[in-house]
Amino acid sequence: MTRSPRALGAAALALLLSAAPAALLAQTANPEAVIRIGSLYEPQNLDNTAGAGQGINEAFNDNVYEALYRLTDAGTIEPVLVEEHAISADGLTHSFLLREGVTFHSGDPLTAADVKYSIERVTAEASRSSRKRSLANIASIETVGDRTVVITLGSKSISLPYNLSYVWVVNDAAGDITARADGTGPYKLTDWRRGSGLALELHDSYWGERPANAGAVFSYFTEAAALNNALLTDAVDIITAVQSPDALAQFEGDRFTIAEGQSTTKQLLAWNDRIAPFDNRLVRAALAQAVDKDKLRQAIWGDRGIVLGSFVPPTDPWFVDLSAVNSYDPDSARKLLAEAGYADGFTFTIDTPNYDPHPITAEFLKAEYAKVGVTVNINLITANEWYTKIYQAKDFQATLQEHVNHRDIVFYGNPDFYWGYNNPDVVKLIADAEASDTEAEQTEKLREANEIIATDAATNWFYLNPQIVVSQANVSGYPVNGLNAQFYLRTITKAE
Amino acid sequence: MTRYLLRRSLLLALSLIAAGLVLFVLLRLLPGDPAAALLGVGATEAQIAAAREQVGSDLPIMVQLGRFLSDLARFDLGNSFVSGAPVLPEIGTRLGVTLPLTLAAFGLAILIAVPLGVIAALRADRWYGIALSGLAQLGIAVPVFWIGILLVWLVAVNWRLLPASGFPMRGWADPTAARALILPVVTIAIVMGASLMRYVRAATLDVLGADYLRNARALGASMPEVIWRHGIRNGAVPVISILGIELASTLLGAVVVERVFALPGLGSMLLLGIQQRDYPSVQGVLLVSTLLVLLIGFAADVLQRLVDPRLRGAGR
Repeated sequence: MTRSPRALGAAALALLLSAAPAALLAQTANPEAVIRIGSLYEPQNLDNTAGAGQGINEAFNDNVYEALYRLTDAGTIEPVLVEEHAISADGLTHSFLLREGVTFHSGDPLTAADVKYSIERVTAEASRSSRKRSLANIASIETVGDRTVVITLGSKSISLPYNLSYVWVVNDAAGDITARADGTGPYKLTDWRRGSGLALELHDSYWGERPANAGAVFSYFTEAAALNNALLTDAVDIITAVQSPDALAQFEGDRFTIAEGQSTTKQLLAWNDRIAPFDNRLVRAALAQAVDKDKLRQAIWGDRGIVLGSFVPPTDPWFVDLSAVNSYDPDSARKLLAEAGYADGFTFTIDTPNYDPHPITAEFLKAEYAKVGVTVNINLITANEWYTKIYQAKDFQATLQEHVNHRDIVFYGNPDFYWGYNNPDVVKLIADAEASDTEAEQTEKLREANEIIATDAATNWFYLNPQIVVSQANVSGYPVNGLNAQFYLRTITKAE
Repeated sequence: MTRYLLRRSLLLALSLIAAGLVLFVLLRLLPGDPAAALLGVGATEAQIAAAREQVGSDLPIMVQLGRFLSDLARFDLGNSFVSGAPVLPEIGTRLGVTLPLTLAAFGLAILIAVPLGVIAALRADRWYGIALSGLAQLGIAVPVFWIGILLVWLVAVNWRLLPASGFPMRGWADPTAARALILPVVTIAIVMGASLMRYVRAATLDVLGADYLRNARALGASMPEVIWRHGIRNGAVPVISILGIELASTLLGAVVVERVFALPGLGSMLLLGIQQRDYPSVQGVLLVSTLLVLLIGFAADVLQRLVDPRLRGAGR
């Protein structure tokens, strides 16, 4: 067998190339790559005010539709379609000057009338937007020329830009958008097939910077196992949320990247603070100290997730690590109970939603509370029963629940909320925070409220679920926290 | 034969109307208000009332029935409560997955079952005849989703030969569409083939013991010739009616396989519709499935008559 020198040279070159460091190759992102995303949250239609579900936020927020402001993955607010924001001296009138040169996918230019139309869509009678209530404070919306929108409020609200980050800016000429889309975002919808997925490609005349990829395809699954298999078999590049820690073992190793972010899903035991013995701060603090939260977190999530000392997750600007407040100390718990007059303990019932992880958590709590002499009865209920018995009728002693929203400490400023926590200082701080002149002032007040509810042991907060996104190793730049179920596409890169 | 066809078609139409009425009543007897389910927790009474008006559940039941029947006569199955989209075109798109899936699985199952069933009967006393019967029993005993999961794990995840799940968004316009259906088709065909094989084996054994076969042999025909000319045709009659039932149950049972393989078929539309109390979707899918099942029964009856001249004289 003979070989020409040229063939040998080619073989040597091939060897050399194959030996090139993988990291070097991985750095060459392909701007023409289409990112394939697997998700469990199929939108039911394409309109976020028509009961489409969280899947439409995942696919469309900031990708297809932009808002006046953007909620970043870190939890801060930044202007998108707004160039200037002026507030009147009394804080009630907000003028927004819109960015110039913005067009919808259909080619229509963005005008102030579109913005007015978009906000009124959310607050309309027929709207099923989850954000309707947070915009109820708007008294009127006027347009001045093509570029200025003037919003007048009923009372001061520092959260207006934040609340507007949930409002898609849609074309007022688009009509029904349950089956099509016309936004100003960097991607336009090219294909949508119910039960299967949707496809996005670049909007050529986008006003901003071109995204790092050329588009995305969302594929929808109903079974977590099928979703995981799609990633394992390279049918998708990213899966947006892994619900069970057991599923992660198959993704360990070099082929995949497991990204752990901060969710806003807080697992907790809410006491009915209106009734004895939970109206007694000492009892609440004692029960809080009786639970080894870290052990519970590990039982459910292994190495992931973080222990909570209050209701505020790290992506809320007023987060402080309060996990040391009322932390695990059974001896101190027994002393507090004796001090409160319950040296021999007492018995109470935990209404437990019948789906994971609540039944396991209830058993764990039963064992923990038994160690300080408190007896627990577990009453399993359905999600519907939870809503009528607990949320509406407030007929309960204690209940397990998860709260998923971002920036929801405001629930503690409402004494009529189901858990009935009523501390006038906190109510005032939360109301004042909303009327703040600056974000710094708002943050300071809410931080103070946060510290008070932690010391008060208003509720027994356990841990924050991790937000887990898994991707092929050659894909990076995706959001890890997924606030408000969003999945921003523009920075995602794929090396090929 | 023409008279029979006419009479049989009339029966088909009457069955369909009866099934439609039963469906209509059953869906309205179900607990839960579709309007409330539509809005989810936290809806106000005013919102629920508006939604009732929108979906028409506030009207008297006879008015609803009248609307339902007149829509049906115009082939209008209504709009989904959830997505607002018309139901019929969506059923059409989804049939584009479910029908090829079922028919291909059916064809493959026959290809497996007929030769193996005949061999198992002809060689019932040999080790491989017994082994084939055993395999058929095993195939029936194992649940279909388990076979699906096993195939995904082996063929898709470990060997990376075929996609694990899903169907291309562009449907059959995408060249990979057929590949996406291979594993689901094989999954159904294994289970269906196993049960068909037992019927083929039993029918063949029946025929082998028949007098006419012995007589034909006595008249000097060879065994293969006898089986080909007399055996298959006689054995086919009971098998055809079984085939009809099997095909119908596979069509309805595809829901499990569609779920395992994340296929956007009719079954997954039905499941989603039930979860969301989307009555028009559920009603539409059930009506179309009923129609298909009735058509299959019709085809099986006609086919039996063509194969067996004795049935033709019987009149009904």
